[in-house]
Amino acid sequence: MYVAVKGGERAIGNAHQLLAERRRGDAEVPELSLPQIAEQLGGAVDRVMTEGSLYDRELAALAIKQAQGDLVEAIFLLRAYRTTLPRFGFCEPVDTAAMAVERRISAAFKDVPGGQILGPTYDYTHRLLDFSLAEPRPTAQPLATEAPPAPVVPRVVDILNREGLIEADRPPADSRVGDLTREPLRFPAARDVRLQNLARGDEGFLLALGYSTQRGYGGTHPFAGEIRMGAVEVELVPDELGFAVPIGEITVTECEMINQFRGSASEPAQFTRGYGLVFGQAERKAMAMALVDRALRAEELGEAVTAPGQDAQFVLYHSDNVEASGFVQHLKLPHYVDFQSELVLVRALREQAARLTMKEAAE
Amino acid sequence: MTTPSTTRAAGYNFAYLDEQTKRSIRRTILKAMAVPGYQAPFGSREMPLPYGWGTGGIQATAAIIGPDDVLKVIDQGADDTTNAVSIRRFFALTAGVRTTERTPEASIIQTRHRIPETKLAAGQIVVLQVPMPEPMRRLEPRETETRKMHALAEYGLMHVKLYEDIAHLGKISTAYDYPVKVNGRYVMAPSPIPKFDNPKLDMSPALQIFAAGREKRIYCLPPYTEVKSLDFDDHPFEIEQWDKACALCGATDSFLDEVIADDAGTRVYVCSDSDHCAERRAAGHIGATPDALAETP
Amino acid sequence: MIDDLPDPLMRVTGLTKLYGRYVGCRDVSFALWPGEVLCVVGESGSGKTTLLNCLSGQLPLTAGKVEYDTRIDGVVDLATLSEAARRLLRRTDWGVVHQNPRDGLRMAVSAGANVGERLMAVGERHYGRIRGEALDWLGRVEIDGGRIDDLPATFSGGMQQRLQIARNLVTRPRLVFMDEPTGGLDVSVQARLLDLMRTLVTELSLSAVIVTHDLAVARLLAHRLMVMYRGEVVETGLTDQVLDDPHHAYTQLLVASILQP
Repeated sequence: MYVAVKGGERAIGNAHQLLAERRRGDAEVPELSLPQIAEQLGGAVDRVMTEGSLYDRELAALAIKQAQGDLVEAIFLLRAYRTTLPRFGFCEPVDTAAMAVERRISAAFKDVPGGQILGPTYDYTHRLLDFSLAEPRPTAQPLATEAPPAPVVPRVVDILNREGLIEADRPPADSRVGDLTREPLRFPAARDVRLQNLARGDEGFLLALGYSTQRGYGGTHPFAGEIRMGAVEVELVPDELGFAVPIGEITVTECEMINQFRGSASEPAQFTRGYGLVFGQAERKAMAMALVDRALRAEELGEAVTAPGQDAQFVLYHSDNVEASGFVQHLKLPHYVDFQSELVLVRALREQAARLTMKEAAE
Repeated sequence: MTTPSTTRAAGYNFAYLDEQTKRSIRRTILKAMAVPGYQAPFGSREMPLPYGWGTGGIQATAAIIGPDDVLKVIDQGADDTTNAVSIRRFFALTAGVRTTERTPEASIIQTRHRIPETKLAAGQIVVLQVPMPEPMRRLEPRETETRKMHALAEYGLMHVKLYEDIAHLGKISTAYDYPVKVNGRYVMAPSPIPKFDNPKLDMSPALQIFAAGREKRIYCLPPYTEVKSLDFDDHPFEIEQWDKACALCGATDSFLDEVIADDAGTRVYVCSDSDHCAERRAAGHIGATPDALAETP
Repeated sequence: MIDDLPDPLMRVTGLTKLYGRYVGCRDVSFALWPGEVLCVVGESGSGKTTLLNCLSGQLPLTAGKVEYDTRIDGVVDLATLSEAARRLLRRTDWGVVHQNPRDGLRMAVSAGANVGERLMAVGERHYGRIRGEALDWLGRVEIDGGRIDDLPATFSGGMQQRLQIARNLVTRPRLVFMDEPTGGLDVSVQARLLDLMRTLVTELSLSAVIVTHDLAVARLLAHRLMVMYRGEVVETGLTDQVLDDPHHAYTQLLVASILQP
């Protein structure tokens, strides 16, 4: 029984309807609200904002709901929405040194000015399923307010910098910052564009690459110099005013990796850096990003480029999960015309081979 | 049939993209037209359809379409394949333009994997959806190297591939996305159209725009550009042949789709270009089994 | 008569390559005539490979000049060539034979394609003629024509090296650069390869600059010899003269360390 390809319009309409039903699920179960997602699934929201390149918790929550929790799909929704938004200015570079720190740790020193602040972290939890979470429970008392308000703490790297122990990290004064959302990626790619690419890159991909650099595929000998998470101010200089005004606050996680030092008997040795910055609380991504950032600097720092994590074209072309998902899944689109071409060719080749064998048999 | 323009959905700019973006894409198209076959980079945007599903073609069409245009969208040669339907709906929603299935009535034809059988006229624009714009990508994965090869017209590697095919298989084994030399200078990937369609590229009166959204490249064939498929003098380029005619309209010179018509595996061959086939049938051409694809009751 | 002497094919003046304070090679000067084979000998670290890479345009010079007599444009300072012109030169008028044949071959395509590639790169469009030339050259380098469609990975080391030579010679270059062409091969295979190279060089009137640590290679192939030590040329002259009557202490050491038959 032949099933016609006609009626495509109707089929698509029905598919959308089915999807809406599937998304809602059992009508007896209360529907998810956006505040529930924004408040209680913060990890998902943070990832969608970071890879969606848009800081808006509510929109990210909406995208997650619409995508039924498929985060790559949600990231796509947010990116597509971003395309429609006008850009009305550029903010000042965010000053993470002035961050209202909620969490701040350094593996490089036992203690640092400002202290090691654990903050809300999974790090020392025991990964035992907590079945008490299965039932709603009375709200717990918030942590006693003897804790001081979030302090402003100096960056560990700045401390090392005072001694000249770590490379400076300033771009040349006249350099123009590239914009990956407006211009296509060209090679060789400068560090600003590479970092933009990594910031919005797929967390799983960067995690795997970062991991590979730790296992010998181009090692960078990293130490977690500092990881900090908290709120930073976003400032804008309106033309009419000529000075910066704060327009809001965002939460970011920043990771500074201290890496293999460079130098020799004649050149003063300095540590090198890797950098990661993401929206929200997303340490795993920030750390992976810092590892890959450093690995991609191999050529610049005179190291042998041998591993995939060091190969800029490999990393930067394949880090975007919106691109990757689209192209991998595009194989579902009809390809029957090309396949038909190949069928014709394969049949011709087989015919040719058969004639050859017959000819040889006859001789 | 041509559908009248609809009121487009509120809240969107005409054809979805903002005017600045459209302008920047048109500038890229002009640059690409000035150097036929050269892949011009452009700042591709995320669109509401996924990368790999025609975002380049959609951006090119969105940049050039106006309220008076008539749009035809095909995929695999047919207007009613799901993705063609989806893209046509997108433009109906965001631009409200007239759409058509009739090739001669369209001012813009966005297509995936086929060029219409009906000869195109001056003033028509074809926008082709491109997955991989770089013809040498499978031979040389590095973008820096392929860019240099294009700049220096170093295309020996392409012929090495063709040589290998003949040495091992007796014939060139590329069936679609068959590389061409444009205007005697650039080697270009014509998108996964079957090689059957390559001759249509040469000296076409229409403007042909090739757009790759994910790879962020646009290249063009201005009207009446010379396009030659790569080959050897003693192994010339040849197109697919069928020893069959279209079951529905009897055409012997169009690209045929092979359809599996029943559970027994019976094959039926029909024109891939649905409009071309419908036109022929309307003009009285009837094939051997015109009811072959009727739904069984 | 002096006026009847051909112009040198390549003239090198004061060629210097420094890496910071480290000397790659310093102040090298010589001329190379058509049909002449020059061997640059020295141990590893002597600067001979650096010199070769500077001559063949793969490394930029710190100081000095390399001039080449092109077929069409006369004598050209290589530093003034565009990248396009330099790449064209390397594919047509020059050959570059690497120590490891895998560096000079396309391992993923057949022997025939490897030999034919240069022809295709300069516009040869007849499959039959390309294959014919490839077959011809395989014969000249003593590779069985039946292997024309085989991948280089299936060849022995010596065969791969001969394939690399064929790949370079198919456009009849006038100058070939070779870096330890017999390195890594068995002694008997080496002997056969050297014999072949000597025949080809004479038949095709090739000029060659060959880098080697092996004096036997120099003795067999070179008209002239340049001995390098720590980046400097310490002795130069006709091969037999230098090997039979070395002046510089280092050359004497080199010569003395070969077992005399």
